[in-house]
Amino acid sequence: MLVDYPMRLFKFYRDGFRGMTVGKTLWKIIIIKLIIMFAVLKFFFFPNYLNTNFSTDQQRADHVIEQLTRSTGNNY
Amino acid sequence: MKMGEIDLTMVNWARAQFILTVMYHWIFVPITLGLSFLCAFFESMYVRTGDDEWKKLTKFWMTLFGINFAIGVATGIILEFQFGTNWSNYSWMVGDIFGAPLAIEGIFAFFLEATFFAVMFFGWERTSKRFHLFSTWMVAIGSNLSALWILVANGWMQYPVGMAFNPESARFEMQNFWEVLFSPVAIAKFTHTTSSSFVVGSFFVISISSYYLLKGRHVNMAKRSIIVASVFGLISSLFTAFTGDESAFANAHYQPMKLAAYEGLYEGERGADIVALGILNSGKRLGDGQEPFAFEVSIPKGLSIMAKRELNAFVPGIKDLVYGNEAEGIMSVAEKMEKGKAAVADFAAIQEAGKSGDEQAKAAALERFKVNQDYLGFGYLDTPEEIVPPVATVYYSFHIMVYLGSFFILLFMLYLYFSYKDTLEDKIWLLALGFCSFFLALTASELGWVVAEVGRQPWAIQDLMPVKMATTNIGVGHVQTTFFMFFVLFGALLIAEIKIMLKQIKIGPEGV
Repeated sequence: MLVDYPMRLFKFYRDGFRGMTVGKTLWKIIIIKLIIMFAVLKFFFFPNYLNTNFSTDQQRADHVIEQLTRSTGNNY
Repeated sequence: MKMGEIDLTMVNWARAQFILTVMYHWIFVPITLGLSFLCAFFESMYVRTGDDEWKKLTKFWMTLFGINFAIGVATGIILEFQFGTNWSNYSWMVGDIFGAPLAIEGIFAFFLEATFFAVMFFGWERTSKRFHLFSTWMVAIGSNLSALWILVANGWMQYPVGMAFNPESARFEMQNFWEVLFSPVAIAKFTHTTSSSFVVGSFFVISISSYYLLKGRHVNMAKRSIIVASVFGLISSLFTAFTGDESAFANAHYQPMKLAAYEGLYEGERGADIVALGILNSGKRLGDGQEPFAFEVSIPKGLSIMAKRELNAFVPGIKDLVYGNEAEGIMSVAEKMEKGKAAVADFAAIQEAGKSGDEQAKAAALERFKVNQDYLGFGYLDTPEEIVPPVATVYYSFHIMVYLGSFFILLFMLYLYFSYKDTLEDKIWLLALGFCSFFLALTASELGWVVAEVGRQPWAIQDLMPVKMATTNIGVGHVQTTFFMFFVLFGALLIAEIKIMLKQIKIGPEGV
């Protein structure tokens, strides 16, 4: 009984996906959207600035602190 | 900080990109939150009565729910991309606070949705009626729990509690998770946002059902759907009005400038009236002595009651909050800026002492920093007037939202009354109005976001970090390019959703 369970679960999803009507179109849209978002937008246009330009948390912290304190001497 | 060092054009393009993404994302979210519960109600009726008409009806609305979910899913992830690229200072500083709520969202709510989502769509003939119903309820609860964690994170930005700022790492560190979760602002945000989303979901159903009644198609299904959606919508509308009042009360305590802006209150007063209907004087500037309104109809003492629950309580106006009011114990922004600049200077001194290895100087700078750290954000302002958000945008957004919200209560009542009288089909004017209602509800929901977010400008984190300090020092061209890329992508996705949705509506319940 317990051995059957993964197979039943697999069949549940397999039959569900096979029986889809409008769902097939929706899945195509979801996949295209995710490819555009992760393989194009994220990869080419949205690098994580701090992770890309600095290798340690200390360097990232130093950069942000520099941004937040850089011209205090001029104003205060 | 001299503004010459910050590219304000970049800041504004990054803002515009964020606005575009959030407002697009927010088309789908309220429909998901509201329609998920309506599907659960419809299916509960099916399980209770055993009537196949309810089953057919449930499957139809579930299909539309699925379309909306599929098109909307992951559009919120784009916001996270933007955090890392355009808002890296902010991301770094809040990482510790946002990590916990967003991780819980991912693990708990998302997996709850994902697990039961499959049963909801694939399990009609493969699971028992009761387990299927349980799954539908779990999807509804899971979707709304997702919203809880996002809104807790947003609530923290509006009222940062349960944390301490570590000047050595430049991070806000979580001190008390429960204080963050149960912050009055987070609770007000969650209850108001979800209940208003239920209203949007209800009008989604009423709008399409009204269309069917106008066309004389699927009449029985449309009437049943309208009754359930009207009851849910009416209860949600009343609750939205209550939670809206609670939000205003929270604003009065934690974000008084936002309240003053959306009420158009320039001069604070005791027993302050609330403007029920008014047109702002567009020539009005802070401190120029001109009347703030070209025309107004006010309710005596209404604002004092709403803001402080007292008839004669003092409600500070924009002028009091900018220039201070000694009699009412309100510090001027100029004074806060002095303290803020001292905090920024000590923040720098801590780093300098750390680099030179002077532990004594570092400890002294840290002690001085702690005295003024609550004013840190004010140290980055150039003028006291910078803390005033765009008054007209916030004022009109708020008032249109309130008028629409009040109108919705009446509309739900009319739908219920004529449904009870069984004359709904004859009321063409009401059905036409109901058909438009979804677009009005979505407008009100988007305006609510404008009030909450534009109303708290210039702050990314209230009093601690202005938006201009939250950005990454990258070129404006990059942000402009991605703005237009998103514009095209979102436009294409929206056209796809509308086309698929319209096709499915045209087919009706027979096609599911």
